[in-house]
Amino acid sequence: MELPPAQFPSRRAAAVAVAFLRYRRGGPGRALRLRELRRARTEDIKDVGHKYYLELELEDVLDKDSTVNCTAEVLYHLGNKNIAPDVQFTLEGELKSTEEADHVFYTRIRSLEKELVAENIPDSHGHVPPELEPLHLLAWVASGYLVWQNSTENTQLQLAQIKHVKQVRRSDEYLQFDYLVLLHEMVSQEIIPWEMTVLWHPRDGVRVTRESRQPGHTSG
Amino acid sequence: MRLVLLLSALLGASLALETFVGHQVLRIQTRNEEEVRQLQLLESLEHLELDFWISPSAPALPVDVRIPAAGVQSVKAFLESQGIEYSVLIEDLQDVLDKEQQDMAESAQRERSTSFDFSSYHTLDEIYAELDHLASEHSFVEKIQIGESYEKRPLYALKFSTGGSNRPAIWLDAGIHSREWVTQASALWIANQIASGYGSDSSITSLLDKMDLFLLPVANPDGFVYTHTWNRMWRKTRSKNAGSVCYGVDPNRNWDAGFGGPGASSSPCSDSYHGPSAESEVEVKSVADFIRNHGNFKAFLTLHSYSQLLMYPYGYKCTRPDDYAELESLGRAAANAIKSVYGTTFQVGPICSTIYQASGGSIDWAYDIGIKYSFAFELRDTGRYGFLLPATQIIPTATETWMGLRKIMEHVLKKQD
Repeated sequence: MELPPAQFPSRRAAAVAVAFLRYRRGGPGRALRLRELRRARTEDIKDVGHKYYLELELEDVLDKDSTVNCTAEVLYHLGNKNIAPDVQFTLEGELKSTEEADHVFYTRIRSLEKELVAENIPDSHGHVPPELEPLHLLAWVASGYLVWQNSTENTQLQLAQIKHVKQVRRSDEYLQFDYLVLLHEMVSQEIIPWEMTVLWHPRDGVRVTRESRQPGHTSG
Repeated sequence: MRLVLLLSALLGASLALETFVGHQVLRIQTRNEEEVRQLQLLESLEHLELDFWISPSAPALPVDVRIPAAGVQSVKAFLESQGIEYSVLIEDLQDVLDKEQQDMAESAQRERSTSFDFSSYHTLDEIYAELDHLASEHSFVEKIQIGESYEKRPLYALKFSTGGSNRPAIWLDAGIHSREWVTQASALWIANQIASGYGSDSSITSLLDKMDLFLLPVANPDGFVYTHTWNRMWRKTRSKNAGSVCYGVDPNRNWDAGFGGPGASSSPCSDSYHGPSAESEVEVKSVADFIRNHGNFKAFLTLHSYSQLLMYPYGYKCTRPDDYAELESLGRAAANAIKSVYGTTFQVGPICSTIYQASGGSIDWAYDIGIKYSFAFELRDTGRYGFLLPATQIIPTATETWMGLRKIMEHVLKKQD
């Protein structure tokens, strides 16, 4: 069944697909976001769940002129809400290489005398100090994992803010950052604190190795 | 020996100093103790009138020194002959001072005329001061008090009226959800746009010649102050909930339209808590009373963020309003107008199918009491910054949003005849 892109079911599915994609393809030098949802179709698979077929146009936030087309499938499983939706995607064409920016960031962090610590990114006014922008992007990319793992047809999760980030030095070649982030769940409008440990290496990409939803934000 | 020569040269050329024309500030990078000693010697020669901004102490630290014009070449020659590295921090100190004076004068001037910087986020006090300023600058702009918040802050709105008596009116509010900072900021810009556009902008002029406009830039002042002082992500009012540790009610679930239905929570700790009863929140009741008492509103427009959506009723039910076709068409026209500025796309549709089912919302209430042109905007962005939209995007957001609002207002005006 064809779905109008203006309506929320297709947009929520698209958001999940893009979150997953951003996680798989992103890094401190690249974050993809949805420019346009071209087409959406849904299929009810008996005893399995709802499947969405999506045609997307994505853009690189660091290079808005760089767009790439993508087809994606999102399957929300029936019943058990603790299973993450299945997401598959195909990108048409190549993404710009971020090798140089990645190398610069990697060596910069590795050569820091003291482990990096930062808070409130962006700040209340939406400002991100330029030298922290890669850390901001890395969080947005890694939060794609959280979004993917915790999405249902009745939720729409976004990264709202990094409350705290701390670099953790490792004996191996990976960079490790322990984040406390705030996620915004659009449907309930709740703000949810979430801890996540993020590993990154220019060669291997981003990995969330540990994540833990924290007890309630504040309604006090 | 070289030092003695330098000494004489400078003594010979010294003048009574009244300005800093030609004075240079050098930054000297010493590499060892010997070089530090050289500079300390230089420093001790008082009649050279060298002014060390950072005194020589250890090799690793830079030394900054202001040199009177007459001595600049000699000191540089001395440093070069000793192989001591330096760079020029300030080429001509007087230039820098002159610029600083100019900047300060301009700033003071700006403070006397318009101190309001529309491209940054402001506190409640700053916003209220600007409302006073706009009202004082324009005879057809009046600051009125709609009511009071839970914590007893005034709810100030601007009334734009060029005459008549209870003319058909348009309502515009922002900041009902306090964390949506780009909305209060945009509302201020839009207020200024309208105030300064009357008489020069034909659209604004024809509108205000026939209709009144009421603009409430901070519909939830308690929440707004809370986002500045305690929690940037606060959404609700700050009313105390009986029997709960949690504060606040979602003011956009508290209107008398499908109140308590799907899409609102009955838990006081929830960010979409509808409250104990419709219009329990004084912020909501004040506006509802005002609009009911006025009796002649033709449009009800409200600003939210984020998601880039332009919506009309209904939210509390998923059935189409009677005026669906006209509202959909007008919504699309407004979205196209928005898009024409920077290419920003807004999705258009009824609340229920566009974002989610939500009961107790303001535009549903307005529509059901007969205000046909009721629209809710969700402004920039689509999630990259979300509520924390960079201040650099305030004016672009306000500009494009205004184009959409204008489109709607022009249509409403046309329909008055």
